[in-house]
Amino acid sequence: MSGRTYLGMPAFPVAAKASTKDERLRANLRHATRTIRDKRARAVGELDDWALLREAGKRIKDHTLRHLDTYLLQLEERVTAAGGTVHWAADAAEANRIVASLVHATGETEVVKVKSMATQEIGLNEALAAEAINAYETDLAELIVQLGDDLPSHILVPAIHRNRGEIRDIFRAQMGRWGRPAPQGLTDRPADLAEAARLHLREKFLRAKVAVSGANFMIAETGTLVVVESEGNGRMCLTLPETLISVVGIEKVLPTWQDLEVFLQLLPRSSTAERMNPYTTMWTGTTTGDGPRDFHLVLLDNGRTDTLADEIGRQVLRCIRCSACLNVCPVYERAGGHAYGSPYPGPIGAVLTPQLRGTTSEVDASLPFASSLCGACYEVCPVAIDIPEVLVHLREQVAAQPGHGAERAAMKAAAWLFDHPAALAAAERAASATRAALPRTLPLGPAKAWTDSRDLPELPAAPFRAWWKQHRTTRQEPAE
Amino acid sequence: MRVALFATCVNDAVLPRAAIATVRLLERLGMEVDFPEQQSCCGQPQYNTGYRRQTEPLVRRMARAFDGYAYVVTPSGSCVAMVRDNYPRIGAKARTEGRGEEPAVAAASLTPRVLELTEFLVDVLGVTDVGAYFPHTVTYHPSCHGLRVLGLGTRPLALLRAVEGLELVELPGAEECCGFGGTFAVKNPDVSTAMGADKIAHARSTGAEVLCGADNSCLVHLDGMLRRQNRGRGDAPLRTVHLAEILASTEADPWSVA
Amino acid sequence: MSSRDAVLARIRAALADAPEPEPVVRDYRTAHVRGANVPAKHVPDEYAAVVDLLAENLADYRAHVHRCAEAALPALLARLLAEHGSRSVAVPPGLPQGWLAEAGGVRQHPDEPPLTARELDGFDSVVTTCRLAVAETGTLVLDAGPGQGRRALTLVPDHHICVVHTPDQVVASLPQSLARLDPTRPLTWISGPSATSDIELDRVEGVHGPRTLDVVLLE
Repeated sequence: MSGRTYLGMPAFPVAAKASTKDERLRANLRHATRTIRDKRARAVGELDDWALLREAGKRIKDHTLRHLDTYLLQLEERVTAAGGTVHWAADAAEANRIVASLVHATGETEVVKVKSMATQEIGLNEALAAEAINAYETDLAELIVQLGDDLPSHILVPAIHRNRGEIRDIFRAQMGRWGRPAPQGLTDRPADLAEAARLHLREKFLRAKVAVSGANFMIAETGTLVVVESEGNGRMCLTLPETLISVVGIEKVLPTWQDLEVFLQLLPRSSTAERMNPYTTMWTGTTTGDGPRDFHLVLLDNGRTDTLADEIGRQVLRCIRCSACLNVCPVYERAGGHAYGSPYPGPIGAVLTPQLRGTTSEVDASLPFASSLCGACYEVCPVAIDIPEVLVHLREQVAAQPGHGAERAAMKAAAWLFDHPAALAAAERAASATRAALPRTLPLGPAKAWTDSRDLPELPAAPFRAWWKQHRTTRQEPAE
Repeated sequence: MRVALFATCVNDAVLPRAAIATVRLLERLGMEVDFPEQQSCCGQPQYNTGYRRQTEPLVRRMARAFDGYAYVVTPSGSCVAMVRDNYPRIGAKARTEGRGEEPAVAAASLTPRVLELTEFLVDVLGVTDVGAYFPHTVTYHPSCHGLRVLGLGTRPLALLRAVEGLELVELPGAEECCGFGGTFAVKNPDVSTAMGADKIAHARSTGAEVLCGADNSCLVHLDGMLRRQNRGRGDAPLRTVHLAEILASTEADPWSVA
Repeated sequence: MSSRDAVLARIRAALADAPEPEPVVRDYRTAHVRGANVPAKHVPDEYAAVVDLLAENLADYRAHVHRCAEAALPALLARLLAEHGSRSVAVPPGLPQGWLAEAGGVRQHPDEPPLTARELDGFDSVVTTCRLAVAETGTLVLDAGPGQGRRALTLVPDHHICVVHTPDQVVASLPQSLARLDPTRPLTWISGPSATSDIELDRVEGVHGPRTLDVVLLE
């Protein structure tokens, strides 16, 4: 099925150049993000202790990360005691190998999947396909992406770039290739589209023997995993198959059962802007006669420990993947999720992806700069990740890499000038004196980037300093 | 009361009207204004582009230039945000990276004394009616750093509401970024321009004559787009004006285009 | 070195110089609604606000809320099944005897021995109790105890009727609910019928789970 990957994606500004001019995409994103923005504000506004919950969420995560080894070991012990099997994967390739071999051991050649960012991140579907295993996405938006041979563009709503008409067309054209076709005369009413997905996937749920999921939270104290969802596809996958394989990032652990009282308030209101999402499933190992007989937990590192080692960057590991930051981000709204070249788009992607993948590729090196630093993301983040702070920190790393010599020199020259006021004053006078000679558009580099769409400011006849010298000698001293 | 003006590099070199207006306004309110000439740039462009270490000399320079002033007032929210939010970080990192205590000491001494103009007027002087006169329709864009880092809140609006002759109209989507973002404007020109275009469309939709802001870096970007758009337009041109210019304007000495 | 040891070693190396973060403070509210901290059994009138809020929030997310006394329950259940057009209902072990006594025309089938997923898919409805309900979020929590059955039972049929004993099974808030739940049991939290926001971020009810959720608040 979906064979598209993020390999070789262009730098953010290049991708955004195209997407900002895609009127349909812009309209879809504007509509969707504005809808959810207002709803989130209302859902959060219902709780007068939101700031305290946010602070508690931040601190619980920071405490957990500080003692991550302890809590992972406790989790492993509890999951194992409850009948589960815990596997550790250092990187994507290892996680994919583990999952493929677990599926092979069941003798099955297909799995149903609950929407999971971790398995997107490691490219599990493609890895399973290479092992002759079909992975069927069952979340509605993931289904739309998979059937459309597309890439996700949002954490919560991977098909946010598609409107209802496009979704209807994809269902009509593609459902029949993978199972039950779309009903005759399918309309673009959201309820009809949801019904089509229900009918298409029901067959797959009823025959599935193996499911793959992620998890929103793992509780070290009890060994409990938590999946938060809306549609019931999660419950289907977590309950009906005989074997369940959950691939979860190591940062998803929480110390205690009680900690859920914070995160189950923070997550739904930040994410789908609901008091509570329709379904949450919590399971601890296996239970005789209820749900899967075999449960495997694959704990995934894949760059997280590198992030943990970064004093400023580690706060990104608090992220609970709510996507509130995407929904308020003016850059995301205009560039779209695909421009970020990763399953993690938007502000959180701009700080997470370069930490997980490094900053050597063009797109990864461009991500820390894909922000105006407006701070709207930090304001809505339910675990108070200071995304602008991390962006600037990552910019430092990128700026230190080869290829930034000219910029570094220009910045240094400016900084030198600012540290030498006499030279600065002379430069200002010279600029003012030659202002009439400046053309309206400039041919190269940053100047071109500015003047393609904007006039340069009209330089003053004299800088402020000159006015001040005059003013100081002529002003009347104010009365005491 | 003696206050130091931190004009900011953008206002000094490119848009002196806002700095001049700040001086006139503060003097009208009885302040003794100084402009310590050793000041230059807060270092925000370098810092936000990833060249933190280059800003250390500027942190020290700023602290020296404004040494001894109880209040350092500036008509630029983003420059205050740079000092308040990032100078302590620059100082702390210089220390942990083994370059001594000086940047940290400089940051600690300067940071609490630097105030954005509307903070100074409302919080220190306790005034919202500054005796200004500005007979125009105005809509206000609260720049992100003032809004979210400094938490200026309703201060700028309260000041504008008290201006005689001024009709204030609400800007739709006011809290959304204008797309300037320093070097973002040239590193991501398409997104920056798309954001700016929406901001301007919102401002035009209000029917205001003036798009007011308290941060000239944002206004340079919006004004550059506006002037590009206005060329050849038949309707009344929308223009950007810094808040300080509006507050400095009086019936006796009114604001004028030139 | 195993990946387990490698990952643990990397974590420890990453945290070698990390300071201890600020301590966790739980100064958020244990509940938001008026009357939340009044013991239900002692002052039922005060607690009525909590039950009312539950009803309001359930309805807000498109659950159909009904209130009745125990004696009227069999008639109500019969009526709800009839209104849904149900011809068959799956019955969890431990559902109180007599609850379905008046649903004469509906085929009742106990889930013992357990029905297969395909068999379950042939049932129109399921009737269960719950472990508790959370007023502030409009949530029902099932823990597979008596009268609730295993998780699949309330998932595959398209119509779920859930009976809540009020006020005893109603808690005000999430913090209060977690304290009363046993994490070792499989738990299903249900807040309204199945829904999705995947099309233009607009909420639509009804995808894979039961599309109709009737909640009976038993007085």
